[in-house]
Amino acid sequence: MGADDNVSSDDNVLVRVENLVKHFPVKAGGFVKHTVGHVHAVDDVSLVIERGKTLGLVGETGSGKSTLARCVAGLIPVTSGTVNFNGRDITNLSRGAMRPLRREVQMIFQDPYSSLNPRRRVGAIIGDPFTVHKTATGAERKRQVQDLMERVGLNPEHYNRFPAEFSGGQRQRIGVARALALRPKLIICDEPVSALDVSIQAQVLNLLADLQQEYGLSYLFIAHDLEVVRHVSDKVAVMYLGRIGEAGPKESLYEHPRHPYSVALLSAASAADPDTAAARQRVILTGDVPSPIDPPAGCRFHPRCPKAQDLCATEEPALVRYKQSAAAEVASPAAAAETVGGEAHLAACHFPVADGESLAAAGTKELA
Amino acid sequence: MAIVGYIIRRVLTGVVVIWLVATAAFFLFFTRPVETVARELAGRAATPAVINEVVAHLGLNEPIMTQYWHFLDNLVHGNLGYSYFTQEAVTTILKQDLPATVSVVIGGTILWLIVGISVGIISATRARSFFDRFSNVAVLIGLSMPVFVIGELLIWLVFQPLYSHGFTWINTGYFPITGGIGPWIGHMLLPWITLASVQAAVYTRLSRGQLLETLGEDYIRTARAKGLSERRVLFRHAVRAALTPVLSQLGVDVGQLLGGVVVVETVFGLGGIGQAAVQAVTQDNLPVIIGVVILAAIFVVVANIIVDLIYAALDPRVRIT
Amino acid sequence: MSITEIDFQAQGAESAQEASGPVEGRTQWQLTWRRLRSDRVSMIALGVVILMIVLAVIAPVFAGITHHPVDTSYPNQGENAYGNPVGPFTNGFWLGSDSVGRDVFVRILYGARVSLEVGIITTAIAAFLGVAIGLMAGYFGGIIDTVLGRLTDAVLAFPYVILALALAEAFGPSLTIILIVITFFSWAGIARIVRGQTLAIKEREYIEAARSIGAGPFRIMFVDILPNLLAPVLVVATLYIPNAIVFESTLSFLGLGIQPPTPSWGNMLADAENFYQVAWWYLLFPALFLLITTLAFNLLGDGIRDAMDPRTERLIAARRMRGLRAKRRKAAGGSGPDSSLPDPVRAPDGS
Repeated sequence: MGADDNVSSDDNVLVRVENLVKHFPVKAGGFVKHTVGHVHAVDDVSLVIERGKTLGLVGETGSGKSTLARCVAGLIPVTSGTVNFNGRDITNLSRGAMRPLRREVQMIFQDPYSSLNPRRRVGAIIGDPFTVHKTATGAERKRQVQDLMERVGLNPEHYNRFPAEFSGGQRQRIGVARALALRPKLIICDEPVSALDVSIQAQVLNLLADLQQEYGLSYLFIAHDLEVVRHVSDKVAVMYLGRIGEAGPKESLYEHPRHPYSVALLSAASAADPDTAAARQRVILTGDVPSPIDPPAGCRFHPRCPKAQDLCATEEPALVRYKQSAAAEVASPAAAAETVGGEAHLAACHFPVADGESLAAAGTKELA
Repeated sequence: MAIVGYIIRRVLTGVVVIWLVATAAFFLFFTRPVETVARELAGRAATPAVINEVVAHLGLNEPIMTQYWHFLDNLVHGNLGYSYFTQEAVTTILKQDLPATVSVVIGGTILWLIVGISVGIISATRARSFFDRFSNVAVLIGLSMPVFVIGELLIWLVFQPLYSHGFTWINTGYFPITGGIGPWIGHMLLPWITLASVQAAVYTRLSRGQLLETLGEDYIRTARAKGLSERRVLFRHAVRAALTPVLSQLGVDVGQLLGGVVVVETVFGLGGIGQAAVQAVTQDNLPVIIGVVILAAIFVVVANIIVDLIYAALDPRVRIT
Repeated sequence: MSITEIDFQAQGAESAQEASGPVEGRTQWQLTWRRLRSDRVSMIALGVVILMIVLAVIAPVFAGITHHPVDTSYPNQGENAYGNPVGPFTNGFWLGSDSVGRDVFVRILYGARVSLEVGIITTAIAAFLGVAIGLMAGYFGGIIDTVLGRLTDAVLAFPYVILALALAEAFGPSLTIILIVITFFSWAGIARIVRGQTLAIKEREYIEAARSIGAGPFRIMFVDILPNLLAPVLVVATLYIPNAIVFESTLSFLGLGIQPPTPSWGNMLADAENFYQVAWWYLLFPALFLLITTLAFNLLGDGIRDAMDPRTERLIAARRMRGLRAKRRKAAGGSGPDSSLPDPVRAPDGS
């Protein structure tokens, strides 16, 4: 097993993000505003998304996952770093240059109630991409829109209805249809099921999976719920306060989580599942998520980490590669080519969690 | 101190604004055919001889930029030109007319603020009561009526009957305060009510709306829960928060105020600056118009600065800019 | 009515759009009309507005019926023994004659033409300009917003009468000056409101979705944002018409606008001021028509704003319950609550 096995060859990499940094300035002052600080939304993140695969991105509010998504989509400018799409550098392109690329990268949004214009009919909304890019007009466009509606499970006869007349789940399908219209290569899903009832979530997720099969789509799937992510993803990355804490192929990450934060998230997620509940103990983190304006020194997670030591407060851990065997905790520094979203299981922690280790028994930070 | 810097900046902006207004006025009036300008400067009754004299005296045939320079130069020295019509300096005319205007403005503004805000507060605290409904109707009518109609109706329905029955305290026309407070108020009362009425309606609605919104906020509930008396809650917390935007609105309304003053003076024959301006239009008396325009600009700028300072004093967030 | 006033009312209309209608396929406009129909006050106001428009349009008909063309004086029939105007219902003058013996009623109707023309034309142009400028300022932000914003503020704070004075002096008073001055004032108020609404709408997800599809700024402004603006703009426009009418009459009153002998409610009332002791009808009737017209537009604007707000449904139901209870109590012989007062049921924003 050589190092090469873990490198995603450029052929099957659709999106490559390198050292992405996004800071939002915080302005103060009444009349003449000046910058008093920065929100470190995304701090040096690198990842790849492979063709036809799904990269799941998990994190709490404030972790920077939505910001990262929008940087990849080209919706907000990047402070530094690069975004490569299909071999091409698309970082901070002008709106005009970005335009043809919009056919290949689309987005699905979180809130079914505000992601569709309430004043417009559904047929017009789904037909928007065709109109904007001038690929179909009139009757032809209507036909294509109705085909899309059918494909996502909506009744094509409802072409002239308003979004208000559809349920939440149906509205998300409308959003999916709109995103699918121009047969993009990548769809960025920003918490597409978070606002839906659990029973509906499954339907939408299955739809997304089917479409991926049928059209060879790649997804960047963002969520805060690990169970949902597990269902749809091939690779998973966990973000905390603008940095990647852990990443890897899903089985590896779910079965052998190394970062205490991942462990805590998993324990919360699987508490409902009776089989695994016994095996995992609930790890409750103390404190709130600190503000991204002034992230903690050293490891950003250390103030809430049950395993934190003095080292964690001073030195920021680097991403390190872990072997996937169950028992061993053997790690080696990540080679330059190994990256989040690839085959390697990476984690950034000075004191990673071993298999079977219980955080409930850990020393310094106690549970509630 | 930051506040001093703030004042200086506002004053400088104000000076720039006044300069812009003066320039606009200049170009509006003086870039027309020379005879038209000359006639207007000389007054409608001028003979050709006077007109020629005016042209020569004011250098109306000189290049525009030279004239502009003279104009600004005079302005800075407080010389607004002469009304050839009456042979008086415009500044003299304006100074004579100033007391009447000032009386109307101050009295009217105080009346409208007091009535508007207190009715608004009472309405808000007794929402949906008889008082509230009644005042809502009154507000609606007040908003729908032009100032001059209110003035005329007051003359017809209040002044006339009282006067013809020998009750002469309420009167039209101007009476200087130096002649006695009593008669002064008697003459000013109807003009004040007229000027205040429309604006009071606006401010009543505004205060009522703002106060109702504020009263619904959480921190008011907290204050009540703490056991503070309703009165204390109202005056120390709610009113303060609700009123700051209302007061900042004053700055914008200065323009309306000036309009109202012109109308009120005309209706009641008060002979103030506003009425002088209107008469100047009918008499084609250009220097007076220019004087009024510049005076109005100065007034608006100063009033806005004062209102901004009050607002900054009330709302600490605004202070450091 | 000040800008902040109208701003509150427009906000009421805008927030209404958040709550969507029932799943029956009725558009927002159909629902609004239904609610408006059930509001008696607004329906009366609408009726009055339509009546005034009709009267203004057919004014020449009344000139024909009374045989009094609008500008003609009738010194014999129109004046009594002392040379003063005659009162209502004398000598064929329905509402009396004016200071030179002209028919007051006919002149009032022709004055209505002027007022309504000025009101509607200036508001329409102002709405067009205001929406364009407000949209761009709100959407583009940055330097464009700052510049346009400052411009709008300056225009709003402007003392209009002074401007009218200056223009009247420079060019002579006329209808054109009035149109220019009033439009100039109105667009700024509308622009400010549109800008505020645009800023709010801009943050919505469907705007971000449109950008992610690749739509350009102008497409987003006109296809996505504008339809959401129509409701508040309609409310504002209906409320600006009476403002324009009042403004025109004020300017004419001061002699800066419509000049006699062309009748305008403003210049009629200016003349009437000199004769109020001997001809009260000359003062009263034009004032009454002016008041009723502006009141009707104001009530209608309020009504439309309330009708766009779904929360009003509850208030309408409550009102009906109160009416029913009163009827029951009356039938039972007691005295009901005083429901004869106009019920100022406005949207819960408190205005």
